Amino acid sequence: MKNAKQMTMTQKILADHAKLDHLVAGQLILADVDMVLGNDITSPVAIKEFAKFKKDGVFDKEKVAMVMDHFAPNKDINAAQQCKLCRSFAQEHEITNFYDTGEMGIEHVLLPEKGLVAAGDIVVGADSHTCTYGALGAFSTGVGSTDMAFSMATGKAWFKVPPAIKFYLTGELKEWVSGKDVILHIIGKIGVAGALYKSMEFTGPGLKKLSIDDRFTISNMAIEAGGKNGIFEVDEQTLAFLEEVGAKEPRIHKADPDAHYEQVYEINLSEIESTVAYPHLPENTRTFKDIEDIVIDQVVIGSCTNGRLSDLVTAAKILEGKKIAKNVRTIIIPATQKIYLDAMEMGLFKTFIQAGAVVSTPTCGPCLGGHMGILAEGERAVSTTNRNFVGRMGHPKSEVYLASPAVAAASAISGKISHPSQVL
Amino acid sequence: MSVRGKVIKYGDNVDTDVIIPARYLNTTDKKELASHCMEDLDKTFVTRVEKGDIMVGGLNFGCGSSREHAPIAIKESGISLVIAKDFARIFYRNSINIGLPIIESKEAAQEIEEGDDVEADFEKGLIYNHTQKKEYKIEPFTEFIRQIIDAGGLIESVNKGII
Repeated sequence: MKNAKQMTMTQKILADHAKLDHLVAGQLILADVDMVLGNDITSPVAIKEFAKFKKDGVFDKEKVAMVMDHFAPNKDINAAQQCKLCRSFAQEHEITNFYDTGEMGIEHVLLPEKGLVAAGDIVVGADSHTCTYGALGAFSTGVGSTDMAFSMATGKAWFKVPPAIKFYLTGELKEWVSGKDVILHIIGKIGVAGALYKSMEFTGPGLKKLSIDDRFTISNMAIEAGGKNGIFEVDEQTLAFLEEVGAKEPRIHKADPDAHYEQVYEINLSEIESTVAYPHLPENTRTFKDIEDIVIDQVVIGSCTNGRLSDLVTAAKILEGKKIAKNVRTIIIPATQKIYLDAMEMGLFKTFIQAGAVVSTPTCGPCLGGHMGILAEGERAVSTTNRNFVGRMGHPKSEVYLASPAVAAASAISGKISHPSQVL
Repeated sequence: MSVRGKVIKYGDNVDTDVIIPARYLNTTDKKELASHCMEDLDKTFVTRVEKGDIMVGGLNFGCGSSREHAPIAIKESGISLVIAKDFARIFYRNSINIGLPIIESKEAAQEIEEGDDVEADFEKGLIYNHTQKKEYKIEPFTEFIRQIIDAGGLIESVNKGII
C-alpha cells in the first residue's frame, strides 16, 4: 500500500504506545496508556466492573486519576454514596491522584493544571470530554466505565486506529472571538457526526497566535463533531505550558509530510465571527447577522470548555461596572481551586458580584443538569458549556444556547443573546 | 445467536442525555436506570417496551456523554438489539464491552418501521423483517470484537486470557 508508513500525529502516538513501527487506519491495537481517568459518575460503574477481574490492584497507582466533580460537592444522598465508594476505592488502592472537594476542579481543567498530561501521552478517561488534552499534543479520548476498569487493571486500552481530518489554521482571531467560536464554527460546518470515529488534527501558521486556553476549548469539543480526538501540533506555547505546570518530558510527534487525511479544511481565523449554537444540537450554529432577539433566563460561565482564568477575565472585562439584567440569573464557575483563588486575587469576584452574578465553587454542576442552576420548563440559558441537547440543563422543555464567555457575559447584561459590541 | 422482537424506532442523533438523563446518574442500579430509559425523548418507552424488543435509530446514535449507564439502561429495559445507520464511537464500544448487541446498517435502519417484527441472526449475518418480508445482509464483527463478545464482555475476555 502506497505511503503505508506515512502516519498522522495521532497514528504516531498510537504506534509508539503499541510498540509498532507503523500502523494504518482501521487496524485494531492494544496500546499502553499513561493515565486513566474517571469521575464521580463513571468511576462507580468502573469500580463494580473492576471487582470482577481475577486480579489484584491497579496497574500503577500514580497513573489513575479520580476527580469528584460532576455532582460534587455532593448534591444529594445518592451522589454522596457514589463519592464515598470512589473515596474508599482510592484509599484501598492508594490512588495518588484522587481529588475530592477542597482539592478538586473540573477534571479536564485540573489534570493539565497539575502537570498530569504531557505531549505524546495516551490518556483514556471515562468522560467524553477527555479529548481536551489534545491541546497539549497528547492522544486523549473518552471511553466507558468498563474500558476504565480494563485500563486500571491492565494499563492498556484497545483502539481502532482512526483516519483523520486536517484543520489547517491561518490568520488571527478578532477581538471578542475565541476558541469557542472556532470550534462552534467547525461543528456548524461539518456537523455533529462530521468527524465520526476520526481524529481532528490542528496545524498551520494560525497556531502561533492561538492561546493554549483556546486550544483546550477547541480540543474539548472535538467529541461534539463525533471526533475520536482533537489534537494540536506541539509548538513553543505547548512546551512553555508543560514546563510551567511541571509536566513530564514531552514526546513530540509530527505528522509525516505525506500522511493521509480524508479531508483538509483551511480555516482562516480572521474570518471567524462570534458564534452561537441554537438548541438542540451543537451544529445549529448562527452568527450575529442571523440572531434574532432571544430573551434569556440564565447565563452560565464555566465548565471544562470555558471555566479557565482567561474565560473569567474576558467575562469580567464585559461585566465591569455594568448591571446584569433584572430577570437573568448569572452563575460563574471557576473550573479549579487554583483558578478560583487567582480570580479572587485579581478582584474578578468583586466585578461579578457587583454586576449581580453568583460565583460557585468548582463543579460540572449545571452543564449536565446536575445541580447549581437547573432550568425550569420553557426557560432559556446562554451557556459557555458544550452540549445543548434536549433536557441537558434541566427540564426537557428548556433550551440551551452555546456561546463564548464574551457572548455569555454580554447576554447577561442585555437579557437577550447579545454580542459584546451591543453592550459596551 | 439470534434475536427477534418488535421494533421501537427513533430518529437521528439520539444522544445519551435523552437515553438516560444526567439527573438519574446518581445511581448505578440497573433497574433504576432502566426505569428512566428514553424519558426525555419518549415517555411511553418504559411502559410499552417488552423483553426482546429491538431499538432502531438513525445516524450518530448514542452521541454525547461517555456514560455507560446509557447502554446499560437500554439493555436492562429488555432491548435485545440496537440497529442504527451509524453509532457514536463511545456508545459503540460501551455496548460491545457490556454485551449489548449492536448493528450498523443504513438500509435496514432506513426501511424498518415502528412496530415491525424483526429478527437478526448474528452467525448468518442477516436481519429479516417479517412484517415487510425484507432481508438485509450485515457486516460480521471483526475478529477482535467477536472474541470480546464470545467471551461475554471485555472483563471476561481478560479473565479468560484472551486479551
